[in-house]
Amino acid sequence: MIPFDFEYHRPASVREAAVVYRQLEEAGKAPVWYGGGSELISMARVGNMGFGAVIDLKSIPDCRLLDNSGDEVHLGAGLTLDEIRRSEKFPLLGQTAGRIADHTMQCKITLGGNLASTIIYREAALPLLLGDATITTGGEKGIKRYRIRDIFRDRLQLPKREFIVSTSVARQYAEAPYFHIKKTKNEKIDYPLITTTALIANGYLRIAFSGLAAYPVRDEVVEAILNDQSIDFERRAEGAAAALAGILLEDMNGSSAYRRFVLKNTLVSILESIKDAQVPCIR
Amino acid sequence: MYTLKEKTVVTLRVNGEDRQALIRPGDILLDTLRDGLGLTGAKPGCLNGDCGACTVLVDGTPIKSCLMLTAEAVGHEITTVEGLSDTPIQRAFIELFAFQCGYCTSGFLMVCHALAGQMQTPPDAVIDEWLESNICRCTSYEEIGKAVRAVLNGEIK
Ligand SMILES: Cc1cc2nc3c(=O)[nH]c(=O)nc-3n(C[C@H](O)[C@H](O)[C@H](O)COP(=O)(O)OP(=O)(O)OC[C@H]3O[C@@H](n4cnc5c(N)ncnc54)[C@H](O)[C@@H]3O)c2cc1C
Ligand code: FES
Ligand code: FES
Repeated sequence: MIPFDFEYHRPASVREAAVVYRQLEEAGKAPVWYGGGSELISMARVGNMGFGAVIDLKSIPDCRLLDNSGDEVHLGAGLTLDEIRRSEKFPLLGQTAGRIADHTMQCKITLGGNLASTIIYREAALPLLLGDATITTGGEKGIKRYRIRDIFRDRLQLPKREFIVSTSVARQYAEAPYFHIKKTKNEKIDYPLITTTALIANGYLRIAFSGLAAYPVRDEVVEAILNDQSIDFERRAEGAAAALAGILLEDMNGSSAYRRFVLKNTLVSILESIKDAQVPCIR
Repeated sequence: MYTLKEKTVVTLRVNGEDRQALIRPGDILLDTLRDGLGLTGAKPGCLNGDCGACTVLVDGTPIKSCLMLTAEAVGHEITTVEGLSDTPIQRAFIELFAFQCGYCTSGFLMVCHALAGQMQTPPDAVIDEWLESNICRCTSYEEIGKAVRAVLNGEIK
């Protein structure tokens, strides 16, 4: 049982959502956007979070967008991870989503909820960072579009009163060859020790990590080192791991030294797969 | 816009019947089913999305009812283990001894029933993946796997 009362609102349009947010805020109700609700309910139940109203975004048609008919793949923030995986529209995101929590939870957790999560992993952000996604938001001023790199710096930094409506990625990236390697401490279903996602765009390896640091990481210096054909794989992997050494997490899942060891080996195996043209997920 | 501001009587469609329940907007579905409607088949376990003992179906999809607001379920078709009487999966669990203490059983039954409803011949990896959503402290995993496979391959109808 959640030990406090709050209101429930399920708007049918972006405009309705924006209007009700403002009204609730003005009434001192401290509203929050509500996706799958799994994080909000868990936190509210144990008293880690309080709010006076939730605004459930899942029924807004724009948040249910699922389309790749043009040059981009558009995915609504209200889609569940399971719907994204089954759609097969962005295979790397589908595979990443298919390893977040367990299958039943994937039927509840939304793309928007994972991106806006206060939990450090936000694994669904990785493929979007690699694909230079555009984030479409809704709010009082209508619809806005942001480049993910401008709005997702370590965590989602949305302007106040805006919510994610959908994300878009060029098909060139959504359909590129990719890697997804999730390593956990022990059980298959767990938060990541390190999740590594990568895609190859125009012959260039792009790479992003969750669990490595206290936020999802995509780093251009690391990518430059990994793509430097003048040095061998071992040295490239060593160099990339060294470049990330300052931000490696040290927690109950693993020490920073262990993470560095796992990271280096993962990078070597990815580079070797590319060389042998054994990209596992090449379609 | 659908809005619930205070304690309200709502209509929930559960196991094919319309049921009235008095709810707070902040009530979770698990509590409404158990305390409001007397459907105690869905079990409270971790209340955190980890164990699956509270699993029910919403429009045929397995959902952990400890992490769903009752308000979200209004207008949707809810199925609880009480709605699975005389189904192939119930027979399979009995015939193949797929439980010991039984606390996790309703959650596993819901996941297995949903899987059989959604896919005719899922690969082994998919069956395993769906079952990994639930935990059985008595470790009946082997028998549960056999029971769902018996339904999927038509051995138990
Ligand atoms: C059992 C379990 C296992 C998990 N395992 C993993 C894992 O392996 N990897 C991982 O990355 N995460 C994992 N998580 C975390 C989970 O992905 C996040 O908690 C996620 O936020 C839940 O999504 P939701 O849609 O349920 O979010 P909600 O609870 O609805 O919302 C979470 C946050 O996002 C905000 N929000 C929701 N939708 C929007 C939107 N459209 N626009 C703006 N803000 C929005 C909310 O206000 C809230 O602050 C796990 C969670 C559980 C319960
Ligand atoms: S009680 Fe809901 S998942 Fe454990
Ligand atoms: S039969 Fe006892 S917990 Fe599964």
